[in-house]
Amino acid sequence: MAEILVDMRSITKRFPGILANDAIDFQVERGEIHALLGENGAGKSTLMSVLSGFYRPDAGEIWLRGRKASLHSPRQALDHGIGMVHQHFRLVETFTVVENVLLGTTGGPQLFLNRRKYEGTIAGFAKNYGIDIDPRAKIWQLSVGEKQRIEILKLLYRGADILILDEPTAVLTPQDVRDLFKTLRQMTDSGQAIILITHKLQEVMEVADRITVLRKGRNAGTVFKKDVDERMLTGMMVERDLLTVTPPRQHRIGAPVLRLKNASVIGDRGLIALKGVSLEVRSGEILGVAGITGNGQRELAEAITGLRPLTRGKLLIGNADLTNQGPGRLIRAGVGSIPEDRLGTGLVPGLDIYDNVILKDYRRDPISRRQIIDRHAVSDRANRLVSKFQIQTSDLNYPVRLMSGGNLQRLLLAREISLQPKLVIASYPVRGLDVGATESVYRLLTDLCNKGVAILLISEDLDELLSLADRIAVLFRGEIMGIVDAKEADIEDLGLMMVGVLKEPAGA
Amino acid sequence: MINNWFDKRFSLTLEKQMSVPPWVSLLVPLASIALALLVGAAFLGLTGNNPWQIYGVMFQGAFGTAYGLSETVVNAIPLLLTGLGVALAFRMLLWNIGAEGQFFMGAFGAGWVALSFPHAPAYLVLPGMLLAGFAGGALWGLLPAIPRALLGVNETLTTLMLNYVAILWVDYLIYGPWRDPHGFNFPLTAQFSQAATLPSLFGTRMHAGLFIALAAAVAVYIIMKHTTWGYEIRVIGESHQAARYAGINVAKNILLVMLISGGLSGLAGFCQVSAITHRLQESISPGYGYTAIIVAWLGKLNPWAIIVVSLLFGGFLVGVYMMESAGLPAATVSILEGAILFFVLAGEMLTRYRIRLERRNA
Repeated sequence: MAEILVDMRSITKRFPGILANDAIDFQVERGEIHALLGENGAGKSTLMSVLSGFYRPDAGEIWLRGRKASLHSPRQALDHGIGMVHQHFRLVETFTVVENVLLGTTGGPQLFLNRRKYEGTIAGFAKNYGIDIDPRAKIWQLSVGEKQRIEILKLLYRGADILILDEPTAVLTPQDVRDLFKTLRQMTDSGQAIILITHKLQEVMEVADRITVLRKGRNAGTVFKKDVDERMLTGMMVERDLLTVTPPRQHRIGAPVLRLKNASVIGDRGLIALKGVSLEVRSGEILGVAGITGNGQRELAEAITGLRPLTRGKLLIGNADLTNQGPGRLIRAGVGSIPEDRLGTGLVPGLDIYDNVILKDYRRDPISRRQIIDRHAVSDRANRLVSKFQIQTSDLNYPVRLMSGGNLQRLLLAREISLQPKLVIASYPVRGLDVGATESVYRLLTDLCNKGVAILLISEDLDELLSLADRIAVLFRGEIMGIVDAKEADIEDLGLMMVGVLKEPAGA
Repeated sequence: MINNWFDKRFSLTLEKQMSVPPWVSLLVPLASIALALLVGAAFLGLTGNNPWQIYGVMFQGAFGTAYGLSETVVNAIPLLLTGLGVALAFRMLLWNIGAEGQFFMGAFGAGWVALSFPHAPAYLVLPGMLLAGFAGGALWGLLPAIPRALLGVNETLTTLMLNYVAILWVDYLIYGPWRDPHGFNFPLTAQFSQAATLPSLFGTRMHAGLFIALAAAVAVYIIMKHTTWGYEIRVIGESHQAARYAGINVAKNILLVMLISGGLSGLAGFCQVSAITHRLQESISPGYGYTAIIVAWLGKLNPWAIIVVSLLFGGFLVGVYMMESAGLPAATVSILEGAILFFVLAGEMLTRYRIRLERRNA
């Protein structure tokens, strides 16, 4: 067996309201490419930030080369041979390759730089790893793939032998990806270890030796690539926990509340994020949206709540065409939403409970009349919601950012429900919540649905969708791969649709 | 290399404090003023003076006599108006540091009405000057708000730069087209008519602008605390995303808030030329618009607190005259003001973050 370079033992890292890493064990051996696979929010980046000294764990130990280490900063991690290549490069654009590689090294040039000497050394050093670069080139002249190689070179030159790459292929062309994998292989051949953070299955199957899957902050298993296939990995990645309790549903499904017809939107990076998506949600129905995070779910929620304009297609609430009418109009039409980013979008972190319960209807009677907010009406509502939805708080005047994740979500749901919506868009409504809070969120959603509200439930948890939803739509790269009846759905087929292998004819 | 030495032995981290007890948020501004006075005392001591005696003279001059108090109020009026204007913008995290320019454009607007209608009665010319003063400041606030709202151009730089434009514009007028032909070639406009003068109070230089300023403080308080518009400002100040999610038009509010913010500073300019200088001239402001930033911050953007802080800083300015007569340079007060702001900002940091210094065990 090869030498164990990294041994992370029972690492726990907590952020306010979220348990990002829950007693994770993780080992890396010399000479291997170890893929760290998982959904967004599974805890991959947190775990690697702990290993590279950006975060300190709340509990757990890190052993490096058989000795216990404490890492307080990225520099200390680098002293132990750990280097991380981030998605956003940390290069000085106006400096040359050599200058960037030397920047911050100790024992290098002191006041004056002997360019020629270092240009030779660094070019030679790079060649050992199959990296072909012009040491005199300025960073801004280089392609993205070349910049990434400079980042890797920088770490190698500093003596790193444990390299962490965070989603390295996200920005690369297929040609660059091949070159990168060749370089990585050369590095492991000369004894380095590579940790590859990714959620792309094909890459893992192509390049990894071992795979650790994280799910909801826990280690869902470490396997050898030769022992698994894509289907098994999907099964490990997506949630298979048994549901706590699913409250009873009355299936009284009525007229369509939301109709999205052939809708396309542009994402933040200027690329098409939704391509001709058509779906409808009827009164009393829960339509689940499955898919690996980042395949258009956020944009779908933003399109329906009016935050993101449609470049094509139509959005109808009831019979009213509300295409591109803006969020205010959709709120008045009865569209409620539980956004992915609860604190910061759904709730205003620095304001208190009073101010947060009126966020959606502060302009309307009875909360305000003639632009004047009625403090009594506000405090009545706040007190009523806090007791009815069992929101635990010591003081309604405290900023809501001090509340726990479960209480925040209850407050957010309480507000949306108090507005008597016709349609609720719920994005990952139980992400990061404990069992009790999860149960109460499920109960609130089913109650709503039983009262005839249409619900669009976006989730990465297939079991959750299978037990709560009536139908499930699968999103892959901004397109709907199919909409299936939840009672007849096959979890394996759903998994294949999520990775784009299977496409069902539109309909259902 | 000191940095390196430090890094090897200690780790310094800032951690966000979750909650701040109320007594801390009161103590911090008071402690910052005390520390700033200590720094000032050290400076005065080093230049061979007795600091305590000088502070005594300043305090006595600003608050100890009826005349001193009236002069303190005279200086507090423009500080209060500009401070409120700045605070309104700061509430929305719009860094309007252009109050000085907005003040000058307000003075220009008011001066234009006063000089154009020298024979108009008070009940026409004073409201006209008030409106023109507000409009001058408001437009000067709106100007940098437009690129900010539409293109996201940083308002800190544009508002600052427009200060110089406004000040030099007034300079141009008083050295050029508006110069009083009977003024012995001094850079002054003609004196405004008696009708264009705000009534004075108790035979001092205190004037009716005090009521305008106090009314503005009440108005800002009501807007922020009780209106839907104030609510929108608070939401935007906390999170643009949440504001958009709630259907609030962020761009429209940027324009509106900068308009009112500039307008309040414009009112200060109107009060100053109507009640104090009675004409446009070079020294209509000893930097009220800049001091307003410190006033707003020290008052934690709360209108009532800003009234108190304006009086304090009004007193500082009166203290300057006393110090000048004691033979000290007026710049000493600028040093004190700067020191106070420095300590307030540092104190603010300490209430929001906890600093952890740990010895490295490696």
